[in-house]
Amino acid sequence: MSETFALKLYVAGKTPKAVRAFANLRKICDEHLEGRYDIEVIDLVENPQLGRGDQILALPTLVRHLPTPIKKIIGDLSNTERVLVGLDLRPRRPTK
Amino acid sequence: MSKQRFDRSEIQKAPTGISGLDDITNGGLPLGRPTLVSGGPGSGKTLLGVSFLVNGAQQFAEPGVLMTFEENAEELAQDVRSLGYDLDALVAQKRLIVDYIHVDRSEIEETGEYDLEGLFVRLEHAIKQIGAKRVMLDTIETLFGGLKDTGVLRAELRRLFRWLRDREITAVVTAERGDQLFTRQGLEEYITDAVISLDHRVHEQISTRRIRVVKYRGSTHGTNEYPFLINHDGITVLPVTSLLLEHEASSERVSSGLPALDDMLGDKGYYRASTVLLSGTAGTGKTTLAAHFVDAACARGEKCLYFLFEESPQQMIRNMRSAGIHLQRWYDKGLLRFHADRPNRHGLETHLLEIHQAVEMFDPDIVVMDPVTNLMTVGTQTDVRAMLTRVIDYLKTRGVTALFTSLAASANSLEATEAMISSLMDTWVLLAINEENHKRNRWIYVLKSRGMPHSNDVRSYEIGDRGVSIQSPRSKSNGSKARKSR
Repeated sequence: MSETFALKLYVAGKTPKAVRAFANLRKICDEHLEGRYDIEVIDLVENPQLGRGDQILALPTLVRHLPTPIKKIIGDLSNTERVLVGLDLRPRRPTK
Repeated sequence: MSKQRFDRSEIQKAPTGISGLDDITNGGLPLGRPTLVSGGPGSGKTLLGVSFLVNGAQQFAEPGVLMTFEENAEELAQDVRSLGYDLDALVAQKRLIVDYIHVDRSEIEETGEYDLEGLFVRLEHAIKQIGAKRVMLDTIETLFGGLKDTGVLRAELRRLFRWLRDREITAVVTAERGDQLFTRQGLEEYITDAVISLDHRVHEQISTRRIRVVKYRGSTHGTNEYPFLINHDGITVLPVTSLLLEHEASSERVSSGLPALDDMLGDKGYYRASTVLLSGTAGTGKTTLAAHFVDAACARGEKCLYFLFEESPQQMIRNMRSAGIHLQRWYDKGLLRFHADRPNRHGLETHLLEIHQAVEMFDPDIVVMDPVTNLMTVGTQTDVRAMLTRVIDYLKTRGVTALFTSLAASANSLEATEAMISSLMDTWVLLAINEENHKRNRWIYVLKSRGMPHSNDVRSYEIGDRGVSIQSPRSKSNGSKARKSR
């Protein structure tokens, strides 16, 4: 697990949710991916056409482009445990 | 008080351009407001919405945005192509934007608060790009399968419809019909301006699509269920009550199949794309005369569609064979098609629909309805007349020459009973029988024939093993004299 994580965080303006999501993301990355992550913040208010490619609907949305496969996490990323599961940094708890 | 005044005036409409739908909605969908279109799978709700957008862009200078949430984008494109719509061309002309949003629950993790601002941003961007006035959301309920937080979803949908209203966008929102409600997620709670319900039923192997305007705030509307068709011309809702007398009048003539009758019709026969009524009491040979017309048309290589409301095709072919008219060969060659049906098997609208479908499929030059009077038992006189008016209008638009036979109860009622339909006919030929000197004599005369000099003769005719033979006039004197002199 030494691959670099290419992450895109989609938001629409500096809303409280967006600010929270970014802060939460930074914290998680610093703790678990130190030195091997890259975050690009995309503001759809400025570039609405960029929402098409990643099929953005809900905001904020975090998209993990690398490593593949693509993963999407929506929400303000306040539940660290679930973000780690979503990024495949923690094994998914067996369900069902 | 001011409220009352407001209520009385009809709200503004955005025409759908779908023939028939604008009639039953008195002009179209509520302008600047969302309309809910609900129906089961395959009921045609997507095609209705797409027609609304395409017609808006092409006919009413109102660009549109199609936002689809369906999984299969290719399927949509295919369906739409079958209607003859070229979405790509409209997109290239910047009159339409198609945006796909697909959400797959399995690839999404949800953590913490979110909203659907992404949808709003994309929609706003699309609307601004082309100055859209119309939006279609197809099928937004799909989102309930993709996102877990239904509370957020409901709040956001409520905000979305308000947002569309604020921007005065005329929107069509499609929804899957639920068990009890018009939509699975109860969207009718949010969209209260207009609700249209679509239905696709199969009854005795006959599939019928039906449309109903369930609700239309601030407007009168037709409340019935109306059948509708989907074909390469798009969607057609019946009844097409708007009767446009715009069809071209052909000056081409078609033979009645009998030189002597042609002779009575200005020596040339009927006008093409005109309507002919053949009426007479029982046993006057109406079907035989119609068969002559069909026989002659098929011999010229024209296609005939024969609606039988009394006999089976086999029976009719056999009977005509004994009168020396051989129709089987035209049937075998594919020039003659029959459509036999009991009039009382369904309502008028379904008959109308079936006639449309049969004509659409076979694309005939000639249509015969034998006897059209049987249809009159199905509904009230007014309804039947309205339906026939629509059939005739439709046939004329297609350039079809139509012949209707009519069974009169008695000789006296000949001209009276048909008053309700005769005005729709361009040519009216009467057949009569009288008994004189222990012999039944048959008479034929042309009561009217618009746009041509026609004979006033009452000529006698016989039906033998070579069909109908009309005698040449005895003298040069006028018709009524000739009748008396015999």
